[in-house]
Amino acid sequence: MDRKQCCVKLSVQPSRGLMDEKFIVLVQNALPGSQLTIRALHQCEDGHSWEAFGHYTADTTGTIDVSEDPSIRGTYSGVEQMGLLWSLRPIPGSKPGLRMRKKNIQTPMEVTISVYQGHQTEGFADLVPLSGVVVERWYMAPGVRRIPVTEGGLTATLFLPSGPGPFPGLLDLWGGGGQLVEYRAALLASHGFASMAIDYLTSKFTMETGKMVDNQYFETAYRVLQQHPQVCGSKIAMIGLSFGTSMTLKMAIYSEVIKLSAAVCISGSHVQPVEGSVEEIMGFFQKNAGKTRFNEKNEAIWRDLLLPIPTDPSLKADVGRLQCPLLLVVGEDDQNWPAQESALDIKEMMARAGNSHLLTVLSYPNAGHLIEPPYTPHARSSTFKTVEIQEKVMCLWGGQTVEHSRAQEDAWKKILFFLRENLYGDRNPTLFSHL
Amino acid sequence: MTQAVPPILSVTPSRALVDEKFQVLVENLPPGCPVTLRSLHRSEDEDDWEAYGHYVSDHRGVVSVSEDLSFGGMYTGKEPMGLLWSMRPVPGSRKGLRLRKINVCTPMLVNISVHSGHEGFRDRTPLASALAERWYMAPGVKRIDINKQGVQGTLFIPPGPGPFPALLDMWGGGAGLLEYRSALLASRGYVSFSLDYLRSEHLSADVEFKYFETAFNIIRNHPQVIPDRVGILGSSLGSMVAFNLTAYSTIIKPRCIVCISSNHYHPPGTTLKAGFKILSNRTNDLSKINCPMLLVNGCDDQNWPTVETVARLLREGGKEHLLSRLAYPGAGHLIEPPFSPHFRATKFIILNSKEKVILLWGGHTKPHSDAQEDSWRKILSFLQLHLYHSPSVKANL
Repeated sequence: MDRKQCCVKLSVQPSRGLMDEKFIVLVQNALPGSQLTIRALHQCEDGHSWEAFGHYTADTTGTIDVSEDPSIRGTYSGVEQMGLLWSLRPIPGSKPGLRMRKKNIQTPMEVTISVYQGHQTEGFADLVPLSGVVVERWYMAPGVRRIPVTEGGLTATLFLPSGPGPFPGLLDLWGGGGQLVEYRAALLASHGFASMAIDYLTSKFTMETGKMVDNQYFETAYRVLQQHPQVCGSKIAMIGLSFGTSMTLKMAIYSEVIKLSAAVCISGSHVQPVEGSVEEIMGFFQKNAGKTRFNEKNEAIWRDLLLPIPTDPSLKADVGRLQCPLLLVVGEDDQNWPAQESALDIKEMMARAGNSHLLTVLSYPNAGHLIEPPYTPHARSSTFKTVEIQEKVMCLWGGQTVEHSRAQEDAWKKILFFLRENLYGDRNPTLFSHL
Repeated sequence: MTQAVPPILSVTPSRALVDEKFQVLVENLPPGCPVTLRSLHRSEDEDDWEAYGHYVSDHRGVVSVSEDLSFGGMYTGKEPMGLLWSMRPVPGSRKGLRLRKINVCTPMLVNISVHSGHEGFRDRTPLASALAERWYMAPGVKRIDINKQGVQGTLFIPPGPGPFPALLDMWGGGAGLLEYRSALLASRGYVSFSLDYLRSEHLSADVEFKYFETAFNIIRNHPQVIPDRVGILGSSLGSMVAFNLTAYSTIIKPRCIVCISSNHYHPPGTTLKAGFKILSNRTNDLSKINCPMLLVNGCDDQNWPTVETVARLLREGGKEHLLSRLAYPGAGHLIEPPFSPHFRATKFIILNSKEKVILLWGGHTKPHSDAQEDSWRKILSFLQLHLYHSPSVKANL
């Protein structure tokens, strides 16, 4: 009984953490110098299984510390404290084009982390691990309140941090796939921002009438947030990804009602018909659909739809008129939107207008379009359906996994710092050291 | 109207096991600002418990409970976990209360808040607050009710394939079945069986002894337990049982035992209830102990007389090499898992007479809390050495 590696101890600290928190995976009491595989397994809400693993060698004390020791090979290699999460990928034999996104954020993501004898690469389901633990990863901190919002015809969810408040507010917009995506807003509320995730493409109104929402919809969301007794009405920011960037810039620059303290635009562009409605902006993209390219795997590349960056000012949101700080997050390998080219043009426009002191650009080599909260598994491509197209397409998002994952981690920290500084007036945040 | 933006309070990790530390941080205060950090918990019995410390922010407007000193309140000095271990019932509460979690499947919720100023802080609404969850059960731990061969209790099994080393866990008198220590031990890698053993009134000593032996064997024979790596952990009356089982059973052989706040004068051949009455100088035959034993005692234990002669008796029996002792000055009888509040005296129902009394357990809060933190770590280390690390022996020599 004792010749085999019984009593190998595996621990993950913390066993319950927020999605953006680091953990420490420790193996103890293994035979010194033994070869072991540490593996993570997660079954997502759709029922698909995802796995990640690294090959390690126990040191002379029989210990492996994932935050200090290198993985020799696996779904990640080198010293990668969080590799077991960000390198998760669908198990062999899964259907192609999957992307991991949590819909129900009131329950945690459960990951089983196990240690196996030897350096295994496949067939884990048929092996008995030496030890295993369950780890919970939460989008919502304890005490964060989730409040569905239907006032004024909105389809939205407000997340309030715990405590009396008042809290700075945040409007959170996702992209062309529509739906009410809550996880980023929940996580931002866990960091002290009253965050409202808004469905502006597939809202109840749109589903019932077939019509797209107009500018007033966003202004209503802003007003509802501003008037909430636990929200600091003079400190509201907006964060958008992809098509959400277009909306954010539009509101930040042109709305008479919306006065933002800051804006964060991820993987997007300022190219849009100025004064266009949501529908017209969508239509503008559709018009250029012929510029879609396909790679050798028949994955759709949409980055050319907005290229070349127009010189006609009526086709670009006038960033020279911006009055609040703007943080642009760009993946240089973004195959879906020309985020890098747009960022360069935005920089030029703001330099000419004299407000470039408001601009910060975070540009990441080899990062793709889907710059998500940290440790979200990277999807270089996945099946996607926009509200316009109505049929599923295999979309190329871009990015190389390692660099994309580093970009997610770095960008998130900087986004939190930026929001902290502009919404809380905190010039020296000490928090986030554990992230 | 521009509202002032408040300070930011964070507790990291916000969800943790009860024996894990957290960091409480306040940011975005004015520099040099006097504030009070306060914890508040509503128990399952609906009593409110609180602790608080008085702090001053630094030039950046930051208070870090892990780094800064408290200048007053329920604790002073640098105390990262002071907001938990120094908790007391709020003013106006019933007397003699004790904080113990019965439902271990849900976390203990503690609200941490920051208030401006020191004196009279309770009169002001908090500037900010955060909720912390403190869990006895790690994710994946399974809880199973046991009612088998006449034995009753609750079994906790760690996540993973197993098999695991195991523990028979026995609390003291007057409490009913308490699961939290077993849940925590399972969260640390041991199959742990919290045994219910004070229910029945009319058992003979023999029947009683068999009950414990059966309980031990149920654990030993469990498919997820390594049969020769089963230990016993007992506190107070439970440690008397642990002692007797180890010394006198011919059929069970614990791998190691831990006795917390024990009185070793329980004469064999008597029932537990009878043993309660006898606190005399009759000695156990300690030379019959054949496995490593850890004794944990508070020197200010007002409830059981602490035995100084144990070491002498073991030495006389040639068994001193098996004994490790932790004796804590200023600590009382109720040595609980770390960061649990200290109780110097609480209500208690005496087993035999059903009388309600206030029992003096002893200990002073700060040394007692230090003893809890230190002893838990050393208990886990002792268990790890003897139940996880040490090679199997074919027979006890």
